[in-house]
Amino acid sequence: MFQLSRRGILKTGLGASALTLTGIPARAADPLRIGFLTVKTGPLAAGGIQMEQGMLAWLKLNKNKIGGRDVELMVADTNGVPATTRTKTQELVERQGANLLIGPLAAFEALAVADYTEAHKMPTLGLAAFDEGTQKGAQKYFARPTSSAGQASHVLAAYCYTELKMRRMAVIADDFAYGHQQTSAFLRVFEDMGGKIVQKILPPLNAPDYGTYISQIKTNLDGIFMGFAGSNGFRFTKAFFEYGLGGKIQLVGGLTAMDEAILQQTGEDAVGIISGNFYTPSLENPENKAFVAQMNADYKADPGYYACGPAIVAAVLDAAITKLGGKVDDPDLLISTIRSNTVPNTIRGPVKFDAYGQAIGNIYVRKVTRAGGKNTNTVIKTYENVSQFWTYDPAEFLKNPTYSRDWPVAKNLEN
Amino acid sequence: MQFWIIQTLNSLAMGGLLFLLSAGFSLIFGLMRIPNLAHGGLFMLGAYVGATLLGQSLPFWLAAIVAGALVGALGVILEGTLLRRMAGNEQGQVLITLGISFIIADLCLLSWGGDPVPLAAPRGLRPPVFLAGFAFPGYRLAVLGFALAAALGLWMLLERTRLGAMIRAGVDDREMARSVGIRVSRLFSAVFFLGAFLAGLGGVIGGPILSAYPGLDADMLPLALVVVILGGVGSLPGALVGSFLVGIIYNFGTALFPDFAYVILFLPMVVMLVVKPTGLFGRAMR
Repeated sequence: MFQLSRRGILKTGLGASALTLTGIPARAADPLRIGFLTVKTGPLAAGGIQMEQGMLAWLKLNKNKIGGRDVELMVADTNGVPATTRTKTQELVERQGANLLIGPLAAFEALAVADYTEAHKMPTLGLAAFDEGTQKGAQKYFARPTSSAGQASHVLAAYCYTELKMRRMAVIADDFAYGHQQTSAFLRVFEDMGGKIVQKILPPLNAPDYGTYISQIKTNLDGIFMGFAGSNGFRFTKAFFEYGLGGKIQLVGGLTAMDEAILQQTGEDAVGIISGNFYTPSLENPENKAFVAQMNADYKADPGYYACGPAIVAAVLDAAITKLGGKVDDPDLLISTIRSNTVPNTIRGPVKFDAYGQAIGNIYVRKVTRAGGKNTNTVIKTYENVSQFWTYDPAEFLKNPTYSRDWPVAKNLEN
Repeated sequence: MQFWIIQTLNSLAMGGLLFLLSAGFSLIFGLMRIPNLAHGGLFMLGAYVGATLLGQSLPFWLAAIVAGALVGALGVILEGTLLRRMAGNEQGQVLITLGISFIIADLCLLSWGGDPVPLAAPRGLRPPVFLAGFAFPGYRLAVLGFALAAALGLWMLLERTRLGAMIRAGVDDREMARSVGIRVSRLFSAVFFLGAFLAGLGGVIGGPILSAYPGLDADMLPLALVVVILGGVGSLPGALVGSFLVGIIYNFGTALFPDFAYVILFLPMVVMLVVKPTGLFGRAMR
C-alpha cells in the first residue's frame, strides 16, 4: 500500500512540474486524493483484488481523471479485519489527506468505520451491501451507488412469482448478515405476493461440504433461492449436480450466487440459473462495453459484482465533481451534490439517489447462457428505477426491523 | 428411510475424505509432539497443484500422486530447514508452522488468484450412481473406497515394515527409541514427507468435492484437529475411526439439529478432552 501511494505521489509530482512549465499554476494540478479501502490479503482478497482492478480499469479508460482532476488513488489493504479497516481509514483521512473514501468491501468493515467517517465529515462512497447502511443506520456523508443487500432480491421474488409462476420455494443462504438479508428480502416479497417459502436452510459460511444440506432439500419445489457469497454459489451448484438434482429444480440466485468470478468455473452446470443484480457485463451501453473491454484486456476477466462497483462509484463522482467545477473542499456540498445528481450513463445504467443515500436504478434479471465454451449472465428482464424499499412506503418500511435471520418470520415452513 | 441411507453414505464419504486429511496430521503430531498447523495449507497447496497438473491433462490419479510428492518434498524442506533448528522448542515449532500456513495461503492467492479453481473428477466417476431410487455422487463413493485402500496401505507400512516399526517406536517413546539406536531425526524427515504427501494427495482427491479456493486451509485444519483429538494422537486406527465419527456427527448433526451447525463438531471434542484426553486410541505420551 505504501509503495502504491508513493508511486502516486511521484506520478502527480511529474504532472505538476509539467504543468508549471506550461505556465498553469501548480495549484490547479493538485490531485484529487481518493482513499480506496479494499482487501488484498486474507480470505476476502478475491473480491478485494477485483474491486481494485475495476477502479484501475475505469481510471485507465478515463485518463486517470475524475471530474476533470487528476486522481491520486491511495489503496489501503484492510485485510478484511474491521479493526485494521478503522486504522487504515484514520491513516487515509488524517495522514494522507484523503478528499473522499471509496469502500470498504465488507459489511462489518463498513459498520466499523461508519461513526468515524460521519464524525470527520468524510464523504464515503460505499460498496458493501448491507441494509443498515442506507436504512436505519443511514448517514449524511454516505452514498451507495450499487445496491443494498435486499434490493435485487425483492425484484427476483416478484419475477419468480409473476413470470415464472413459482409458488413453492426453498431458500438456502450463508449464515451471516448478507445471506440473511438477501433471503429475508426475497421471502418478504414472495410471501406478500402469495407464494410460500416452505424450507429455509442456513449452512455456515465456511461449510466444508454441501452434500448433507442438499440431501435435505425437498423435491416438490418450484425453485430454490440461493443467497451465497464468495465461492459458495459455485460449490453449492456443483454439489447440486453431483447429487443428480441439476435441471430438476430451478435455481435462482441473489447478487453474488452466480457472480462472474465463479461463472466460468461452474461450467455447464451454471446454464439456466437465474439471478438478480444491479449490473451484468453483457449490458449494451457504450460505457459498459468500453469498461468490459478494458477489464478483459488488462485482467482477462469479465467484471462481476466486486469489479463493477468502483466503476459505478467513479462515474457518480465524476458527474458530481464536474458539476462542482473540480472543487471538493466542502464535504457538505460534495455529498449533497452526489446525492441530488442523476447520472444517466454509468456502466449499470442511470443512477439517482433516494433520501437515504441509496441508489435507485435498474435491477436486471439474468439467466446463464453458454456459447463457445463461455458462460454469460444474459439479461432476460430489466426492472427500471428500483428503490431499496421496492414498492413499500419508505416510512412504513423503516418501522419494521431490518431484514435479519429471524425477520420476517417464515410462516410456511414445512418439516 | 431414504434420509438415513443417504446421510449415512454422506457421512462415510466425508469420513473417507477426512481420513486422507488427518492421517498425516496425526502421524506428525504423534512423532514430533506438535500439531503441524500448516497441514491445512499443505492440503490446499496440494489441491491447487493438482488443479494445475490436471490442466496439463495429466490423468487424475497420476496428478494426485505427483502433487502429493511435491507437497511431501516441501514438507521435508520445511522440516529440515526450519523446524529442526528449533528442536526442543515445541512452542516455537508450533508458531513456525502457523507462520508457514499464512505464507502458503498468501502464495497460493498470489499464484492462483482468488477465484475458486475447480478440479474435475475422473470422467467415469462423474455421473451420480442410482441406488434404490435415489442418486448419490459416484465420485464420493470412490473417495470412500480410496480412503479405505490408503488406510490399508498405511497400516501395512506401519505394521509390516522396518520403517513402520521405527515410527511406532518413536511415537511410543522417543527417548527409548533413540537409546536403541534409531536415528529419530531422520525419522522426522520421513514422517514429515509422509504426512505432507498425504495432505497433498488428500487435497487433490478432495478437490472435485471441495475445489481449491482461498480459505480452504482454514476450513480444513480444525476438522483435522477434531479428528485427531477424538481418535487419539499418532494412532492410525484412531485417525480412521475419528474420521468416520466426525463424518457421522457432522452430517446427522447438521441435518437433525441445524441450529447447532457451528458447535456440533466441537462438542464431542470437548467431551472427549474431559473424559479421555488421549482420545479413543491414543496413549499418554512419554
